[in-house]
Amino acid sequence: MSVLVLAEHDNKALKPATLNAIAAAAEIGKAGAGDVHVLVAGKDCRPVAEAAARAAGVAKILLADDPAYEHGLAENMAPLLVKLASGYSHLLAPATTSGKNIMPRAAALLDVMQISDISGVVSADTFVRPIYAGNALATVQSRDPVKIITVRGTAFPPLDGTGSAPIEAVQGDGASGKSEFVRAELSKSERPELTSARIIISGGRGMQSGDNFHLLEKVADRLGAAVGASRAAVDAGFVPNDYQVGQTGKIVAPDLYIAVGISGAIQHLAGMKDSKVIVAINKDEEAPIFSVADYGLVGDLFKLVPELEEELGKRQQ
Amino acid sequence: MKALVAVKRVVDYNVKVRVKADRTGVETANVKMSMNPFDEIAVEEALRLREAGKVEEIIVVSLGIQQCQETIRTALAMGADRGVLVQTDVELQPLAVAKLLKAVIDKEGPELVILGKQAIDDDCSQTGQMLAALLGWPQATFASKLVITDGSVEATREVDGGLETISFKLPAVVTTDLRLNEPRYASLPNIMKAKKKPIVTMTPEELGVDPTPRLVTLKVEEPPKRGGGVKVGSVAELVDKLKTEARVI
Repeated sequence: MSVLVLAEHDNKALKPATLNAIAAAAEIGKAGAGDVHVLVAGKDCRPVAEAAARAAGVAKILLADDPAYEHGLAENMAPLLVKLASGYSHLLAPATTSGKNIMPRAAALLDVMQISDISGVVSADTFVRPIYAGNALATVQSRDPVKIITVRGTAFPPLDGTGSAPIEAVQGDGASGKSEFVRAELSKSERPELTSARIIISGGRGMQSGDNFHLLEKVADRLGAAVGASRAAVDAGFVPNDYQVGQTGKIVAPDLYIAVGISGAIQHLAGMKDSKVIVAINKDEEAPIFSVADYGLVGDLFKLVPELEEELGKRQQ
Repeated sequence: MKALVAVKRVVDYNVKVRVKADRTGVETANVKMSMNPFDEIAVEEALRLREAGKVEEIIVVSLGIQQCQETIRTALAMGADRGVLVQTDVELQPLAVAKLLKAVIDKEGPELVILGKQAIDDDCSQTGQMLAALLGWPQATFASKLVITDGSVEATREVDGGLETISFKLPAVVTTDLRLNEPRYASLPNIMKAKKKPIVTMTPEELGVDPTPRLVTLKVEEPPKRGGGVKVGSVAELVDKLKTEARVI
């Protein structure tokens, strides 16, 4: 038996979260489950399959090229996974909004429980996953014949090296006719993606307005960083939903996380406390964010953030 | 049409959970319990659809121990019409919940089912998708906007890259994200009124569903603690530390 990873992509490029899922699959493979295969399902997406074929640790690519899979609609994708499932002991996907949407639907069709958002592999049937916003870690064992799993990317760094896996075409049943894609409004940014950025600077309610986020953007540009936000800042309409870091937003673990004007609710900490180094800038000395910060700076962010940008500029010269 | 909303009783989101000494789970005795916040949004959305004339009746379902009745009462106090409690002491996992909800839906015949996108205790984010699969219905997960016109729905979803809009016909399953609405508080008169609203109790056996868990929890542990760091006095000192001590810039 082998492990199948559902690739995340936009029909043009492979999303980095796929590589984290492949790394988790490789661990499961080493624990006895065998080879790692990757399923690329989309429309005119051969370049994605070719990129996946070059990933380390992959033995075979399955390419399902069909207009029905262009937008990753769960109603179309889940039956494809079910059709392929008989050849696999494990089906994995990144725990992104796409993986979270598709995998439970496939699991129910196969009559198995999903193991959501794993952060560790103990054996081929036993996994570690965070619960209660990461305030507890549960070790769970699956009794199901096929394990359906979503993977917390930050817990599985991509494997080193490259590969050259063969690409094999597969066919699903196409469109279910249950739902239609209408449109996407995706944020456009020259900056790195939050979940794969090496440095992140995030703003909270303390930013006071969306306009003030340009202060963070200037620092981000100096550092090549991504810009994130707390739920409070998104709810207040300062920035779009895709900026949100936290229990119910994006889970990140960059080398450096700079939290600006963020008090540090447990729901926010859940999304960033595995960062290597955390910096907090906040005027409230008692803010909970300081309890997880490696370096804390107490003071007015509207003075300190421009100063930080200037200091970084000076040293870059 | 009827709308059915599923609500879960969870440890209140403000409680700092503690892992039990015997590592079997987290402490829930003498801890404040509340309705899962995403489920409050689900109840609110159903109420708004009723106020807009799109929904006639709202049925609230909760599953688990007898105390889940309190969670149903909360939803009734917000304005839902009646409740169903599927009562069991067995630990319920999402697949079992989805099967039980399907059995209730087969009896009640709602055209719209709304659930929270995830429960803040197990953080699974599975039940809505599983239910849609079992019913063979379309699903709109992580919804931040719903527009219902003559049995058709346009749902805007919060996805990693921004927003995505899909369309489908009812019946369907929707799971709520944070920006869908802001739930109301129950007024005192409505809390009084809710006490008289009917709640029917059923069991998994009556519904013909085996709720046995498929995942066995071997242990629950505290995550490694992050040591608190130091306060720095100036921006220059911060940049120095990041460059020479932490070496991250």
